[in-house]
This record gives sequence, C-alpha cells and structure tokens, in this order.
Amino acid sequence: MNEILYKEKLSAEVFKMIVRAPRIAEARKPGQFIILQLGGDYNERIPLTIADADSEKGTITLIFQAVGESTHKLANLNVGEHIENLLGPLGTPTEIKKYGKVVCVGGGIGVAPMYPIAKALKELGNEVKIIMGARNKDLFVMREEMEALADELILTTDDGSAGRKALVTEPLKELCESWKPDLVVAIGPPIMMKFCALTTKPYNVHTIVSLNTIMIDGTGMCGGCRVNIGGETKFVCVDGPEFDGHKVDWDNMLMRLGTYKPQEKVNHHRCHIGLNIEEGDA
Amino acid sequence: MHATIEQLDIQAKELLAKLGDNNLSMKERLTIPLQDMPTQDPMQRITNMEEVALGYTENQVKVEAMRCLQCKNKPCIQGCPVGIDIPAFILQAAKGDFAGANATIKESSLLPSICGRVCPQENQCQEYCTYGKIKKDISQSVAIGRIERYVADYAREHNQDVTPFVKKSTRKKVAIVGSGPASVSAAADVRREGHTVVMYEALHKAGGVLVYGIPEFRLPKKLVQRELDGLASMGVEINKNFLVGKTRTLEDLKDKDGFDAIFIGAGAGLPKFLNIPGENLIGVFSANEYLTRSNLMKAYDQKHSLTPLFPSEKVAVFGGGNVAMDSARTAKRLGAKEVTIIYRRSEDELPARKEEVEHAKEEGINFLLLHQPHEIIANEKGSVKGVKVVTCKLGEPDASGRRRPIEIEGTEQVIDFDTVVVSIGNASNPLLKQTTKGLDVNKRGNIIINEETCETSIKGVYAGGDIVLGAATVILAMGQGRKAAKSINAYLNNN
Repeated sequence: MNEILYKEKLSAEVFKMIVRAPRIAEARKPGQFIILQLGGDYNERIPLTIADADSEKGTITLIFQAVGESTHKLANLNVGEHIENLLGPLGTPTEIKKYGKVVCVGGGIGVAPMYPIAKALKELGNEVKIIMGARNKDLFVMREEMEALADELILTTDDGSAGRKALVTEPLKELCESWKPDLVVAIGPPIMMKFCALTTKPYNVHTIVSLNTIMIDGTGMCGGCRVNIGGETKFVCVDGPEFDGHKVDWDNMLMRLGTYKPQEKVNHHRCHIGLNIEEGDA
Repeated sequence: MHATIEQLDIQAKELLAKLGDNNLSMKERLTIPLQDMPTQDPMQRITNMEEVALGYTENQVKVEAMRCLQCKNKPCIQGCPVGIDIPAFILQAAKGDFAGANATIKESSLLPSICGRVCPQENQCQEYCTYGKIKKDISQSVAIGRIERYVADYAREHNQDVTPFVKKSTRKKVAIVGSGPASVSAAADVRREGHTVVMYEALHKAGGVLVYGIPEFRLPKKLVQRELDGLASMGVEINKNFLVGKTRTLEDLKDKDGFDAIFIGAGAGLPKFLNIPGENLIGVFSANEYLTRSNLMKAYDQKHSLTPLFPSEKVAVFGGGNVAMDSARTAKRLGAKEVTIIYRRSEDELPARKEEVEHAKEEGINFLLLHQPHEIIANEKGSVKGVKVVTCKLGEPDASGRRRPIEIEGTEQVIDFDTVVVSIGNASNPLLKQTTKGLDVNKRGNIIINEETCETSIKGVYAGGDIVLGAATVILAMGQGRKAAKSINAYLNNN
C-alpha cells in the first residue's frame, strides 16, 4: 500500500517522491491534493498537493518541503517503504478550459501543484507564460518540466543567481500591462499569492490562487481550514483549495496560519535533532 | 463529598444482604435507593483522559436491577429506539446471569457497551420507567443504561461475547460508506446473511464519531476497536483512507465495482457556526476540530502527538449538547483554567445527557445560561480576547417544544476569553450529494429516505444515521443501520 517508488532530494529541504496510489492516480485532476499520515496514534495528518500523476502506472508524484517534524519524518522514508495512510484526491479540481492567454506564477515549491494545472491549460490550447520565483537558483523545482511546456518562462530570484533579481510580481505586472492575460494562476507562499492578487487587481485580470491552510480531516468535517472569501466563510478542503485571489481575506488567512507558530518553532528545532536532514535555508 | 467505588460497593453489599434473593414486593422495591455510578474523583479526573464513570460493581448492579418492578406492560421498551427487552435483561442481571442478560440485549442491539455509556437514557427508556413515574422524578427511574453497561462489559471481560454466525456466501456485495455506529450495525447485519461487505472510511482510523468525536474519558477507544475487530472477524473488509465521492464515486462503486447494494452512513460532519463577527479569529474552533485534534490525533498527549494544541487559559464553549459538554471537559483536561458553557436557554433545556451535565459541573465547568453570543472580540494579534454576550429570557415554546430564548435589550457585556469552541451542531456534509447524480436531499442537506426501508432516491442505495437524521444519537443511528440492513438483505434475496 502506497509504496515509495522513487525519491529525490531537489534542494536542501525539498523532496520529490513517486508513490504507488492507483486509485488516486486514476481519480485525481489538476488542482487537487492528498492528506497523508505516517501511521500509528501520534502522527499528524499532512495535506500535500499532487505534482503529477500517471494513471497507467498507478503513481502520483509528491513534492514537499521538510519544514516540520512530520515532513522530516516523511523525507526520511526511503524507496521500498510505505506511506501508511494516504487519502485523496481531495478538494475541487481547477476549472480547466480555454481562457486564451494565461500567466502561471509559481513561487518556491508552489511550482509543483502549478505544473499539472499549467500542463492541462496548455493541452487545451491556452497560451501559457510561466513565472517562477525562488530565493536562489538552487531552490527551483521542476524547472525543466516547466521550460518544456511554457510559451515563455521567466525566472526570478531574490539574489539574482538566476533570471531576474526581482520578486515575481514585477514581471507579472509587466505582463498584465503588455500581454493582457485572460487568467492568472498564482501558487506559492501565501504572502506571494496575496501580492500577486494585489498586482493583478488594477488590471482586472481574474486571478486564481491555491490556499494551503491548516486542516485535519480534509473532508469538510473539522472546519479548521476556513477562510473568508468575499465576506463568506468557505472551507479550503472542500470549497477550495482554489479561490478568486481578489476575494480572499489575506490578512485573516495569514493570521490563522500562524495559530500554532509558537509550538512549531519549538518543533522545528526538535525535528532536526536525530533526523537525517541538514537545516537548509529553504 | 465524592463517594469512592469502594464506599458505594460496601453500601450495596449491605443492602443486598438485607434484600435477599429478589423475592420482593413492589413496596419493598420502591424503598431501594438508586445506585450511584462510581466515578473517578473530579479533581483527579480533570488531570487525565481515563474514563470518568467506572461502572457498577457486581453488588451495585444486582441492587439496581432489583429496583425494577417488572411491569407487565413494559413501558420502558417503547422508549428504546431498537426495542431491547429491557425487563427481561434486568431480571437476568438481578439473578446474576450477566452473560444471559447480555445475550438478551444483543438480540436487539449490537453495541451495548457503547450505548450503555452514551445513550441519553433519561429521554428514552428511563423516561417511561414506572419507578420514576411513581417517584415523580425521572432521575429516580431504574438506571437501565448503567445495568446495560455492566452486563456488556461483563460479557466482554469474560469472553462470553460470541462472534455472530455468518451464513454461507451469497456472492452478493454490499458497500458501506462510513464506519460510525450506523455503518457498523448495518455491516454486521448484512454480513450475517452471507453477503460480502466492504466498508469505506475516509479517515485513517475507523469508528467515525465514536473515535474522532466522543472523548476517551466518556468512551474508551478500546471498546470501539473491539467492535471493529468483531466486524473484521466476521469477514467485513474495512478500507480506510477512502472517501466515497472523491476517491471513487458512489456510481462507480455500483456500476464498475459490482456492488449490489450500498449503505450510506457517512455522518453529519459539517460544523455549523453562528455566523457572528469574529468566528474566524485565531483561537476559534469548531467542536469537531477541537475534539478531533484531541481524540483522533491524540493531541492530549503532547509528549507523543505531533498534532499541536492551542494553549488556552479561558475557554468559552457555545452550545449545550453532549458535544458541548465533551468540548468543555476536554478543554479542562487540556489545561484550561476556566471553562464556561454559554447556552441561550436555561438548564432545563440543555440537550446534553443529565449525567454529562452533572459530571461537567463536578469538574468545575461554569454554566452561563440564558446568554447568547453576539460577537467574538479580537486582540491586536487577531486572537480571541473576549466574547460579547447578551442576556436572554425564555418565551413561548418553539417548534422544537423548548421555550424560545428572547434577547433582552441593553444587556450586552463582554467577557474575557482566549479560546472559543463553537458546538452548536452539525449540518450534512454535501460531498456525496455533489458527486452523486440523483441522490435526493432535503433543505438541510440530509439524505431523504423511505422511512420504512431506509432506501434513498437511488435504487439499491440505502442511508441511515446522522446523514439522514441530522446530528442525533448513537442509538438512533444504530437503529437505522439495522433497519437498512434488513431492507438490504430483503432486496438482495429478491434480486
């Protein structure tokens, strides 16, 4: 059950795993996610986006950053071992249709969930330009895959080690002015998505974001993932994870993401003790 | 003063010596005092998660069973959703035939050790008890639930609970969606007829609300596991991490996977909020989240669990049902200094089991009755700082038969809290409706069924439990599961 077939360390704290999960591989659509739990009474449930899937081989690809104790434990599993509990696909799929001109913005490992969406949009005949942002050149994930499918790929880094030394919002603004996209899809750290939405707002370009809030069951039962969308409370796990970026109450969402910050800090330190992962700068 | 189990047992033993062999007149029975449920000392139990109610001793259960008047018309049975022959099993218990008493219960109920603990008996069997009627006090009724619990625990501990006989294979396949009380009952009854039964549970542990919702201190999880092990030993396949509607649609189960019938017992599972300002602040939780963190994810054990807990000093719980009591008492055990139930009606209308209310009070939970929350106030960091409430008075009874709360103008006040748990009930999870063509639901999102057969608008698809009833009780869910199973068995025999 859920055997790990392939594992690769993409950067200091970012890992790629290909896992056998035939049901999920068959049912999943771009934009959906899974929740995993590493067995026993005490392990957390962790939501992760699906980066890719192969329904013939019955596999899904997960790309994740080892940020807490649970993701570190996951990163320490090896090929041939199993992820005991894997539930999915969860959430509402992306609305894939002919929009025309699309800009996909992926920040950090947000590129991973972006990939199947960009791919599906491209396959349907959309013109797709991709902006990928990272702190430095070593932190890009799925760069080759994105290069292969993008009509134009724009890289930005914080330190200028690859592409432009800029935030993703800079080229996004330029494209909004010069290229006038019909749709923007932004996936990455919440703060990046917030500023992408703010960037596209004056140009009135429909902007989809994919939220990664705190959640437990992922089926609509706990409500821990709730967000304000245009004044209404929505559950990310079932109503999302994608929403209209212009309607998201970002401040509230960012605040709620910090609910367990004090405990996480303690855990982040603890999780590097005895676990085989260096504390990278990712 | 808290009476220990030893003290209660000595009293019962002395009484038993006087009462002799159950050959008593009605007048004599009416002088036997109600046997108190032994409990952990309140001050001790708020520091642990272990079961609060310890269960009767053998002496106590015999004395309590002798209170039963053995009425000819058996009024108690009409209060039992599954029609257990209550006087019969109580008579067996009075005679010390506990295994026999358990067998009598098991003819009608599959989960007596669970129902004995969580049924609201005072609104069911015990409401109709003649003893309570004569005393003009329902709390003086024969403690049917406690006797039920004793005999079920006895049978379990003495390995006298036998795995039900399973008939030879019919080669028909039934899918059960969910693994809570409705599903467990349906699965067992369908499996007995020799049908192949596959159960699908979304979470990583089976048991539904019995596992994620009801806390350990009220229902030990090993009891739930035992029932699930029983199903497995009957040959029921339990598939976890499988969300029907997402992992696979209901239609695919029917059309592609060859299931001849399906039972939906997916539960209510969509938390309601009051829709007042501040409900999305840091420190506001649905009871589902609060309890799931603690129960399913074992966050109460912070030494081992990786699921974090929100540190609380002053917790407000909105609502007055069993889930509200569970949340409040969980908060206390998780280290909150002050926990307050805020409920808009008076104590008489609290929907929770009486025993839970009593236990909550003993544990120092505050009850702010006749108050309605209007707003949750934030501090500068976006965390809960307080709750604005308004005082209510009771007016005329509403549709539910309970007196309607009326807010009194000009009574607004803000009370300091750092955590809010919203426990005002659950609506139906819309997932199956959204992903299943032709599945009819009512305005509240509950699946509509034929009351007689539990069949839904789709042929061969049945439903029961909270997804039909809205948030109800374990025993009602179980009753519907059994009713649906009967219909499924009939349907499969005829097709």
